[in-house]
Amino acid sequence: MESWRTAKGMFAAVATVPTLWLIGFFIVPLGIVWLYSFGTNASLTEIEISGTFSNYSRALDPLYLGILWKSILVAAATTVICIVVGFPVALAIVFSSNKWKPWLLLAIMLPFWTNLLIRTYALIAVLRREGYANQSLGWLHDNLGGLLPLVGLPAPGAYEPLELLYNNFAVIFGLVYVHLPFMVLPLYAALDRLDKSLIEASLDLGAGHFRTLLAIVAPLAAPGIISGVIITFVPALGAYLTPDLLGGPDSQMIANVIERQFKRANDWPFGAALSFILMYATFIAIAFQAMKSRQAEARQ
Amino acid sequence: MTMLARLLRKREPIAPLEYTRRLWMRTWVGLVMFFLYAPLITLVAFSFNDSRRNIVWRGFTLEYYEKALNNASLMEALLNSLTIAALATVASVVLGALAAVMLWRFRFPFKGAAEGAMALPIVVPEICLGVAFLVFFAKIGFPTDLPWPLNLGAITIAHITFCFPFVAMVVRSRLTSFNREEEEAAKDLGATELQAFRDVLLPHMKPGLVAGALLAFTLSLDDFVITFFTSGPNTITFPVKVYSMVRFSVTPEVNAASTLLIVLTIILTTIALKIQSRMGTVSQRH
Amino acid sequence: MTEQQPIISIRNVSKRFGPVTAVDNVSIDIMPGEFFVLLGPSGCGKTTLLRMIAGFEMPTEGQILIDGQDMAKVPPNRRPVNMVFQSYAVFPHMTVEQNVGYGLKIARVGSDEIKSRVAEALELVKLDGFGARRPDQLSGGQRQRVALARSLVMRPKVLLLDEPLSALDAKLRAQMQFELADLQDEVGITFVTVTHDQDEALSMAGRIAVINKGEVAQLAPPSDLYEFPANRFVADFVGSVNLFEGKLTLDEPDRAAVECEGLGKVYLNHGVTGSHQSNVWVAIRPEKIYLHVPGDGKAFRAAQEDAPEGYNFARGKIRGMSYLGDITLFDIQLESGAMLRVSRPNLSRRDQEDFTWDDKVSMHWRADSPVVLLS
Repeated sequence: MESWRTAKGMFAAVATVPTLWLIGFFIVPLGIVWLYSFGTNASLTEIEISGTFSNYSRALDPLYLGILWKSILVAAATTVICIVVGFPVALAIVFSSNKWKPWLLLAIMLPFWTNLLIRTYALIAVLRREGYANQSLGWLHDNLGGLLPLVGLPAPGAYEPLELLYNNFAVIFGLVYVHLPFMVLPLYAALDRLDKSLIEASLDLGAGHFRTLLAIVAPLAAPGIISGVIITFVPALGAYLTPDLLGGPDSQMIANVIERQFKRANDWPFGAALSFILMYATFIAIAFQAMKSRQAEARQ
Repeated sequence: MTMLARLLRKREPIAPLEYTRRLWMRTWVGLVMFFLYAPLITLVAFSFNDSRRNIVWRGFTLEYYEKALNNASLMEALLNSLTIAALATVASVVLGALAAVMLWRFRFPFKGAAEGAMALPIVVPEICLGVAFLVFFAKIGFPTDLPWPLNLGAITIAHITFCFPFVAMVVRSRLTSFNREEEEAAKDLGATELQAFRDVLLPHMKPGLVAGALLAFTLSLDDFVITFFTSGPNTITFPVKVYSMVRFSVTPEVNAASTLLIVLTIILTTIALKIQSRMGTVSQRH
Repeated sequence: MTEQQPIISIRNVSKRFGPVTAVDNVSIDIMPGEFFVLLGPSGCGKTTLLRMIAGFEMPTEGQILIDGQDMAKVPPNRRPVNMVFQSYAVFPHMTVEQNVGYGLKIARVGSDEIKSRVAEALELVKLDGFGARRPDQLSGGQRQRVALARSLVMRPKVLLLDEPLSALDAKLRAQMQFELADLQDEVGITFVTVTHDQDEALSMAGRIAVINKGEVAQLAPPSDLYEFPANRFVADFVGSVNLFEGKLTLDEPDRAAVECEGLGKVYLNHGVTGSHQSNVWVAIRPEKIYLHVPGDGKAFRAAQEDAPEGYNFARGKIRGMSYLGDITLFDIQLESGAMLRVSRPNLSRRDQEDFTWDDKVSMHWRADSPVVLLS
């Protein structure tokens, strides 16, 4: 690495355009939102930057605080489910034969390349009242239900479709569906780097597979697990499309509230404050990750 | 006979680390794959279903593809999306490559801050970026009545902003494997700064640039949230159009449109992977 | 001596990976308290054999018994053996103490006992005082001692060592060879070691099984292996050797002769038992050939005259010399054109000055020096 002073011309040539772009089209727009978060609606189109904190204090209103807290819970639940579901998959890929490994990786990545909207739409078709999930359950119900009297149980009534869509279940289901690849890939990367003889040594010293997983694999793969957690948690926290399309009236997340302030309620200053609260929450999560993975690396 | 012998031969016992051979593990992976793919496969399958209600299979038809392809506003949205993605990709690759070289090569004041700022568009929630662009373009009074394709300017700018840091990240990680002595050797053999860059550094960056371009194109093509806040009534993109259709109903027409986009992404990904693997082998050779 | 039961009994074990046969119908019995070495070139299947004893690979065919018990359904964590891995596999996130105590903790040994046994094990491998260190603060040799202590503390019936010295530098390796042998003597545990290094095997082992292409080429104590190799592979792999193909022309109980291509007639003072084939190979170790100082024709003739019947003589020209300090290696071209490798100890400081390239030299070896090989 060289100092910018030794090659000023070269440095200017590479640095100018990206820096100006980032300032002009990223820092400035965010800066305006930040200023608006301290403003009040002066008229229908005018916003006066009055330096008020009222937007933030309004965000502390139990209604909005509740939604923020709920968003955090939903994102956390999504993350936990993704770890539980994704960990065995990552493990299976790590220990699969060379012939299978690239195909399994591709199979995990391919949905990631597919449009988020389309994947969410596909879930609607599966989960709705007359969707495939309910149809399959209904078929099972009708066919296996007939067997129940044979074992002495009363025959069940007609199949009542489950409400799988437009509720919290659907939102978490959708978020897991969308974010699972984000979890599997960092887990895979972390487990793949692990020296396999460490696992063998643990087994050799008398530990079972589960004990080995907890005592050896998890601590050593910690940086990967943490980055998988953050890479899942952060976008899930700010998710807009999934709760919007799959959620019901009571499963709105923070991003939906922000959208409403800008597009419908037309309360930009309040929306600005909310979006900065969301951003701060994101930064806290990322700072937490940086701290934890530094600790994990220091321990090794 | 050999078949029988093979069947009769005892299956070799599973060694402790052969996790992939364990039944519960295979079942688990199978279920996860089913979870990931069943919705998409049914979506594609039912785009050929000869029934409006889209529940029971009634027979094969291409009717809904015809409908989707004849839907002028849908096709216009698709054209808009592809145009934006192409423009955003070119600009992002240039900006991303410059940023990557800047961060990889130079020491300069406030470098930590610059690195942080460069990573921000990746981590900031989409919704926040979306509203920031909404506010920004309203504030500067970005003209909304420009002729095509200039009217796509606002969306393109937004897309470049969230795409180029990804390109920079990919290219920079590629650059870390660059041996600075190669560049010094070129200069030692008489190349100027610019010639050394063109003949040595750029070829090394190429796989990173291709990967970055692929990433930028897909991110741009897929983006809904940020576009949703920057698009106007005349600048509908494909995801925004599909969104408005999806909100109302599940119809085979939407399935057909979605299938078209899935196929497009798969083709692009395959091409990019092919190019990338070829570049990868070329760069390994030298 | 009382009849002893083998601690490890490998019975007709084969291991195939797809089309590749890594271990081919191997049967070995290892006795309690032995220092047993599996020696062979890389890829010969020795590590696979060791990993099958530890339970990390499953035999395709055959049986492995440890202390009389069939291990087919016993997972590695239930086997009374412990392994020292080639990479040592010291857990990087645990201190030395935690590493060594890991197995005991899993076995639910009381914490006081863990403490004393860990201290004892660390003392045994000369790491007392290192308990609180982390693996990244240790040298390669020290990490290996941690791995050793971690396994020994479990008091296994058998300790398995996979290329234990390959990652150490030459000096340390030589030192560890002795230490490992001493340690084994001290703890009395059966050691089974895998190595590709013949010096390592010869210096440490009680018995060595030389493995070639998945099969046992010879199983014998080190000196037998070196002095009485069973076949060309062992003769060539263990030490260096001059090999000549020849025809058996005389085979009586107390003497034999082989007419070798390029070397002429080679006399032996023993019969070649059990051979009905006329095509055999003669192996002569370089250090068993005595090289006469050139120009000292009188001494040579005297030697030739004084020599008991059956001494072997040859003449040639020095084509190559490499001075190695303790010995000098000579490549000598015989009159027939064949090449012979001879080593000569430098008994006095100026010994090597007696020879130079293209010198005509003569040499002899005793009739009990060559080995006749049938395969």
